[in-house]
Amino acid sequence: MNRYFHHGRRKMKSHLKGLFLAGLTSSAALFSSAANAVEIEYWQYFFDARVDAMETLITNFEAANPDITVKMTHFPYADYRTKVAAAIPAGEGPDVVQLFYGWLNDYVQAELIQPLPAGTFPAAQIDAEFFPMVQAMKDGDAYWALPTAVRSLALFYNERLLEEAGLDGPPETLEEMMTAAAAMTKTDAAGNITQVGITAGMTAQDHHWWREGLVRQNGGEPYTDDYKTVNYNNDAGRAALEFYANMFLGDPPVTSIGFMDEPQAAFKAGRAGMHIDGSFRIGSLADQRGLKWGVTELPANAEGTRSNYSSYWVNAITTKAEGEKYDAAVKFMAYITSDEAMQVWLDVVGELPAKPSVGMTEANANDKTFGPFIRGLEYANTTKFANESGQRQLMVEMVERIQLEGMAPAESLAIAADAEQKLLDEYYAK
Amino acid sequence: MYRNLTIRQKQIVWAWAFLALPVLFYSVIRFYPTGNAILISFQNWNLLGSRTWAGLENYEKLWNDPVFWKVFKNTFIYLLLGTPISLVLSFMIAYHLDKLRFMHGFLRMLYFLPFMTSAVAMAWVWRWFYQDVPIGLFNNILAGFGIPQIAFLQSTTNALPAVLAPAVWAGLGFQVIIFMAGIRAIPTSYYEAAKIDGVGWFTVLTQITIPLLRPTIVFIVVFSSIGFLRIFDHVFNMTTNNPGGPLNATKPLVLMIYDTAFNGFDMGYAAAQTVVLFTILLIVSLIQLRLLRST
Repeated sequence: MNRYFHHGRRKMKSHLKGLFLAGLTSSAALFSSAANAVEIEYWQYFFDARVDAMETLITNFEAANPDITVKMTHFPYADYRTKVAAAIPAGEGPDVVQLFYGWLNDYVQAELIQPLPAGTFPAAQIDAEFFPMVQAMKDGDAYWALPTAVRSLALFYNERLLEEAGLDGPPETLEEMMTAAAAMTKTDAAGNITQVGITAGMTAQDHHWWREGLVRQNGGEPYTDDYKTVNYNNDAGRAALEFYANMFLGDPPVTSIGFMDEPQAAFKAGRAGMHIDGSFRIGSLADQRGLKWGVTELPANAEGTRSNYSSYWVNAITTKAEGEKYDAAVKFMAYITSDEAMQVWLDVVGELPAKPSVGMTEANANDKTFGPFIRGLEYANTTKFANESGQRQLMVEMVERIQLEGMAPAESLAIAADAEQKLLDEYYAK
Repeated sequence: MYRNLTIRQKQIVWAWAFLALPVLFYSVIRFYPTGNAILISFQNWNLLGSRTWAGLENYEKLWNDPVFWKVFKNTFIYLLLGTPISLVLSFMIAYHLDKLRFMHGFLRMLYFLPFMTSAVAMAWVWRWFYQDVPIGLFNNILAGFGIPQIAFLQSTTNALPAVLAPAVWAGLGFQVIIFMAGIRAIPTSYYEAAKIDGVGWFTVLTQITIPLLRPTIVFIVVFSSIGFLRIFDHVFNMTTNNPGGPLNATKPLVLMIYDTAFNGFDMGYAAAQTVVLFTILLIVSLIQLRLLRST
């Protein structure tokens, strides 16, 4: 799963709204008779801003549906999976549950969640209304789950370093990016890099950029057969890996893997010119004093093609929900995937709306900070991971063999492709 | 009924009454999970679905997994480097500290301090020491002299010793204290007799001190071997971005178990690794006890 779930917080406006609505609801609660009320449970993992946002949404929802109350429970991330797994089969726990998109398969197979009713959530309509990568949640004619918000990648840049290097603006293409990175790299007398032009390291977000960005931009498709077959051990994959390896092995190199421990730390400290990261990084950068940064879309290739990666947490109805609770859960699901909910999520958590109708509004798509991420959603793909950390590890090792053992990129790529295929085969065989 | 028991029987009843609590505790907290782990190692389970029988599949997979053998080797390197180094160091420190009167308490406190420090905090501080310029302490010093930097953690050869060093240092204080207690427990009459006979310090050391420290050495060797075989927190915290990396150069068995279980959600495979670790620990401890206790 995504290791970096830090989110931005833009709360002021929606907080006021939330407070106002909270007032409305408490008075509404007085009038609705408790005997008729259906109570459903909602579970998510604990993250401050997400809990705040969900509280606002629940308040709004209960105001509109006085006969339903929603009880939210949250857990530390580490306990989440075990608790959900233990509770639902026992008839306890959530009616609506939040889960990482990469876990969907496991949840479906364990019969923990049920498909969304086609009546309220017609597949054709969702296909048309949501950003295309959400289709990873579709199985035949039914959707299993839907996100409120999504995340994508973009290129962060340090404005001060860019100016210092005499560059007019952030790079638009990969070639410009390499030129800019070279201009911003500094070394000391002993030949050690003391400032990198661009951060690198598959341990952070680069493995997503490599798979869904670079491989596709080199004319490839990283996986086929619904992400069950590895398809990057070819010219496109080699070109992508050589481009990536050239960043730290080129002459002179424009980056160093492991520089300042973590890519985001180097960027935060003002020691990196550029940095590819997710929308969830915005919050922690916004609080950084003395750092002047901007963000732009991931660079295009020579033909102008861009490609991005998107991930998300989804909400689903569990198999525990039956009868009137099921009906209430469907209503709640419909609300938390509505345009209104998505705007609340963007304002409070800083995660991007899952629908173009909300994301591509004039204000959101041109937002200085969120805009590049939201525009990136239009050409984003979502990798269907069998085991995200395992698959990331193979990318990490692919680069390490080149970096530490001097292996040729093509050879290292072939090893990684074999290992990942084996991992996928094992997962899908079960 | 209780009245009719003999005093001896009453004592037994009471003994069991008091023992019942720890016995119950151990059965629930130790024995049940251990048994369950052995059971799971013959099954497939992803924490969510039902468990299915897998037979010896997980063990076969383990046998054929090159990462497992790499990790197996690492675990023994930790053991074979860590235990002797920390044993010799701690004995040397304890031996000399024992002879020292000046600031004895303060020095002993300094040696014991790392043992009380949280392993996580310590690992992170060392992790920063090891970084490349411009933030790493060691490399900044080297760069100050114009010497090219050394890749400590970003190297397949240097990373394991680099991770092991703070782990040895952290455990040292405890071993020093145990050794000092052992040295103090040796009756002074032996030393007096040696003095009268005019024996040199080396003979005293090898003929009196070390032989009489045998129980202490047994304890420390067993204790620290188990510690190094189970090394986890130092490695994990010093390599969180790439746990056990680079290229599995620092990965110990426990970290592999953790990764398989809680990132891969492959509980059966993780349990099989646990059973292997358990067996290794058992065998190593038995061998050591036997070797060091005999004669």
